[in-house]
Amino acid sequence: MNYNWNWHIFFEPNPTGAGTYLDLLLSGLLLTIKTALLAWIIALIFGTIIGILRSLPSKAASWIGFCYVEFFRNMPLLVQLFLWFFVLPELLPRTAGLWLKQLPNAPFWTAAIGVGLFMSARVAVQLAAGIASLPRGQKNAATALGLTTAQGYRYILLPMAFRIIMPPLTSEFLNTVKNTSVAITIGLIELTGQARAMQEFSFQVFEAFTAATVMYLAINIIVVTGMRFLERSLAIPGYITGK
Amino acid sequence: MFGNLDFDVIRRSLPYLFLDGMSFTLMLTGLSALGGLVFGTLIALMRLSSYRLMGRIAGLYVDFMRSLPLVLVIFWFYFLVPYIGQWLTGASRPIRVGAFTSSLVTFIMFEAAYFSEIMRAGIQSISRGQPAAASALGLTYAQSMRYIVLPQAFRNMLPVLLTQTIVLFQDTSLVYVLSIPDFLGAASKVAQRDGRLVEMYLFAAAVYFVISCFASYGVRRLQARIAIVR
Repeated sequence: MNYNWNWHIFFEPNPTGAGTYLDLLLSGLLLTIKTALLAWIIALIFGTIIGILRSLPSKAASWIGFCYVEFFRNMPLLVQLFLWFFVLPELLPRTAGLWLKQLPNAPFWTAAIGVGLFMSARVAVQLAAGIASLPRGQKNAATALGLTTAQGYRYILLPMAFRIIMPPLTSEFLNTVKNTSVAITIGLIELTGQARAMQEFSFQVFEAFTAATVMYLAINIIVVTGMRFLERSLAIPGYITGK
Repeated sequence: MFGNLDFDVIRRSLPYLFLDGMSFTLMLTGLSALGGLVFGTLIALMRLSSYRLMGRIAGLYVDFMRSLPLVLVIFWFYFLVPYIGQWLTGASRPIRVGAFTSSLVTFIMFEAAYFSEIMRAGIQSISRGQPAAASALGLTYAQSMRYIVLPQAFRNMLPVLLTQTIVLFQDTSLVYVLSIPDFLGAASKVAQRDGRLVEMYLFAAAVYFVISCFASYGVRRLQARIAIVR
């Protein structure tokens, strides 16, 4: 392979004038983590609401849940980001659209909200499956104890369901981290974007992408290890995941 | 709110969108699914083989691919494929590779990791008595895989494989980052040329939505039919 490797490139100053190429990549990593965390919070909030709707006996509620999930699952994430970023400001009333366009950090907020809503559909499906996996007796017992539906969910069903779906939620969180890289298309310079920028400035393609790869692997390993501990301490005794 | 929109731009660009864009997307989806399935099955067999080292290598590959974002993998292969081609053909300089070949290699290698997990689950769902019976009948490992295990594993996993293909269909839109005119890329080109972002992106979203909806409806029906037969 006639490619000039230069691993020292990371310690050379980058053309933005602030620090080295490594600093450039680390700032991208930070932005990836920030975007992913905000998106994950949004995904959990909306996913929980829709997941509950899908599990309610009411026909209308589960219809709303079904439509929500189908809407967000049947369009590519990239297209959804374009809709939020390019289309939404044009369809709003003039002043609101203008305000949205002039928002500082617009790519960041769009990415967090877009990825968050995209992932919320997946969280909703997992949560609904978790609630459905609980024995019917739990809900009945909650009713027999005089708990309202809301109380039954709050104190009985949701705590159980969330503990059961912990492992799939971990991989959904990792998907959220990975999906933030799609926001490169709306101008969010996160980790993949910075690796690409470094490649364009320095022509050291493979060093830049190797570094980004290593950082993504590191996020994965850290999250998986951390969640394994959490899963073990939260596992429900008597269930497959528990002891 | 729709007052100053010109939806006629969609009608005017229909031939370009579908004959160029959608045919690229569908071709890429179909070939990647096939290639991903073949390589994925091989990886799954490696993973389940009794040679520890082979299983380890396959496992590392799958974990590695699954922890990287697709966008990064697309960039990796876009720059790497010319060098791989040079190495394979023994040429003196990195060979020129077309956009289609480059993205096809990317998606086959990437999807192989996901398909292999599905096929692994499928193979493991076959009861142990079956390969045992096959070897009692004197079938070799290759024969028992070819005639007994893989056909059943494939059949059991067909709905999941198809669902993954729908995900793949949506993911192919990411070749946009290489400015390749797939369906979304074509829509975006027209959108920018005519300054009609809203109309074109809404249309693209609707097309993806309708196709994916119909496809997943079909998969659900198939699943119901298979479930009864089993």
